[in-house]
Amino acid sequence: MVRQTNPVLSNATVTSFQKLNSPLQLINPWRVKRSVILGLKSLWLHKLRSLLTAMGIVFGVASVIAMLAIGEGASYEAQLQLKNLGSQNIILTSVKPTNTSTAGEEERSLVIEYGVTYRDLEQIRATVPGVEIAVPGRRIKDFLWNQTRSIDAEVLGTVPWFPEMRNRRMVEGRFFLQIEMEGCDPVCVINEELAAKLFPLSSPIGKEIRLQRNYFKIVGIIETNATGANTEFGSKGMSKADESGAGDSEDADLPMEMMIPLSTLEDRFGEVLFKYRSGSFEAEKVDFHEVTVKIDDGYPVVPAAEAIRHILERNHKEVDYKITVPLELLRRAERTKQIFNIVLGSIAAISLLVGGIGIMNIMLATVTERTREIGIRRALGAKQRDIVLQFLVETILLSGAGGLIGVGLGLGVPVIIEKFANMMTIIQFWAPTLAFSISVLTGVIFGIYPAIRAASMNPVEALRHE
Amino acid sequence: MPPKPRMSDRRPIIELRDVEKHYGMGEITVKALRGVTLTVYEGDYISILGPSGCGKSTLLNILGCLDQPTEGDYLLEGENVANLADDDLSQVRGKRLGFIFQSYNLIQQLTVVENIEVPLYYQGISEKESHEIAASLAEQVGLGSRLDHRPAELSGGQQQRVAIARALANDPAVILADEATGNLDSKSGGDILQIFDDLNQRGKTLILITHDEGMADRTSRVIRLKDGLIHYDSMGQAAPSEMNYKSKALSTG
Ligand SMILES: Nc1ncnc2c1ncn2[C@@H]1O[C@H](COP(=O)(O)OP(=O)(O)OP(=O)(O)O)[C@@H](O)[C@H]1O
Ligand SMILES: [Mg+2]
Repeated sequence: MVRQTNPVLSNATVTSFQKLNSPLQLINPWRVKRSVILGLKSLWLHKLRSLLTAMGIVFGVASVIAMLAIGEGASYEAQLQLKNLGSQNIILTSVKPTNTSTAGEEERSLVIEYGVTYRDLEQIRATVPGVEIAVPGRRIKDFLWNQTRSIDAEVLGTVPWFPEMRNRRMVEGRFFLQIEMEGCDPVCVINEELAAKLFPLSSPIGKEIRLQRNYFKIVGIIETNATGANTEFGSKGMSKADESGAGDSEDADLPMEMMIPLSTLEDRFGEVLFKYRSGSFEAEKVDFHEVTVKIDDGYPVVPAAEAIRHILERNHKEVDYKITVPLELLRRAERTKQIFNIVLGSIAAISLLVGGIGIMNIMLATVTERTREIGIRRALGAKQRDIVLQFLVETILLSGAGGLIGVGLGLGVPVIIEKFANMMTIIQFWAPTLAFSISVLTGVIFGIYPAIRAASMNPVEALRHE
Repeated sequence: MPPKPRMSDRRPIIELRDVEKHYGMGEITVKALRGVTLTVYEGDYISILGPSGCGKSTLLNILGCLDQPTEGDYLLEGENVANLADDDLSQVRGKRLGFIFQSYNLIQQLTVVENIEVPLYYQGISEKESHEIAASLAEQVGLGSRLDHRPAELSGGQQQRVAIARALANDPAVILADEATGNLDSKSGGDILQIFDDLNQRGKTLILITHDEGMADRTSRVIRLKDGLIHYDSMGQAAPSEMNYKSKALSTG
């Protein structure tokens, strides 16, 4: 059969020769495709080795994604809080003293007096420069009724400019007005959550809600405060301080809120608020459960907060208040983000470096192992750049595969963090892309040297290699 | 069977002029070739013999553009390739030369057909076309049924036949074989030589290094090397022009 004439030899091959002489051969897509197939084959040949080699890249890439997700989450959370609380605001919250410190002097049935007082506010207004307006608020936690439907909610007595100060948007209707405040009118605004729970079937505007023996006419619906963060003086902060009301913390995630004029609250419920808790009545006298102090734009917030702290320290024997400076929250969040960036960034950098070195090491070993093959390919017409391409593609495939696994892991890690560390994480669409690109880049950086070393071998010596 | 090419049609493919190859070993320089002048004509069937260490492999590496001479010129099809850049040497090897090695030198992780395709790949020939060429060549060397086998699954003789098919893939001007049958028993070595004979019959130029006088007898021209010099050439040491004249005279006569 060898004797047969050879049509292939005599014409077909000769015609297709005189092509492809350009220096751009390296990025010829056909060539790259073939190199990729070749690279995949040879990586597949040593599956376990490839996998182990890629581990460094896997963790590096996963750390990059986790870092970005946590950082973004922290930033977003802080910004949201800042938006809700107002960057020029200082929020004073009354905190009920813990039972241990008061138990000696006061029985449960007695009136407990604590928190931010009128006197505090007057002194703050008089002495702290740049204090613009204060939004005072008092809270009652009790059941609200719509006929037979009822729900445990927060009732906040406050002032008409509350939404503006706290960046809260009206969803329907309006907030209560100055005249209603002056007239101690029984009007109220409820949040979306409460509206949905108490009036699931129809619009609550114009309807009435019962609180104890009083009826309040609903004039508007305000958006639910989405942060649900414990820095907000609302449900969470209160229920944490108020230990006897531990059962209330269930619905702390999305607070049920009703807002009525502060004057109305004082008019109907008096100075002393009664609560029925764990079998006994509890009464407390609190001037304000919370006060939002707005500092004029020209004045720095943090020193003002310091001044306020001094005043409160002087006036109160016990720390029955809490000062929240949203701007500081933001700074703290930024610091957290920075720390995370440094820690995870270092992990990522070290993993990628170690991973890269591991890959380079393996590729150098591969090059030595395949010296003979390199010699054969060179003898059969492979140019140096063909060899470079072959090994570089193989390295990039290795690191890229590590990158893909890393992206998978990196997308999973924030979910776990969110679940167990109660931290918000945000994965932006470009984060996996960036992390993957880093893995590819690592492959290029650490693959160049082994590839060049492979290509610069002397063909004769390579062929003689055992 | 096509007729053997006539002497009158033959043109020189390879011309070596005073080629020297020195290996620097620190202080000492080893002169593996000490002035080789040689003309190879189209259709030549040459065996190179000589004692171990006389420079046969060195000569073949230079002929194969795997290595470059320290001194002297090398004209391949009229082009001086003695001082070409690395890329151009690769191009020359890939397009115009075919190699067959003593130890077959197949790529172990590739199949028979993929091995034959390697030189075509570096010439940028499409997958489909190179597969067709490779399959047909495998058929010609009697391995048509083993296309997807790996080298490890083949006998030495079969592996060497794959190597021959691979050497033929790009339809080279010259085929160079360094002790191609050195690792084979006489039966499979004989098969390989039969293929060489056939290739030469079809007009291929072959240069074979061998230790085997029997093999040298089958070739039409015998060159003996000794201490880096051509010690004997069955075609005589005549100058190329004279040679041409002689062959013309021979054919017309
Ligand atoms: N890379 C090298 N460095 C130094 N000396 C070398 C090198 N390659 C070959 N030589 C020397 O050149 C001379 C010729 O070697 P070559 O391999 O051409 O011999 P050979 O005729 O092929 O021998 P054999 O029949 O044993 O294969 C030897 O003396 C060898 O030691
Ligand atoms: Mg030799």
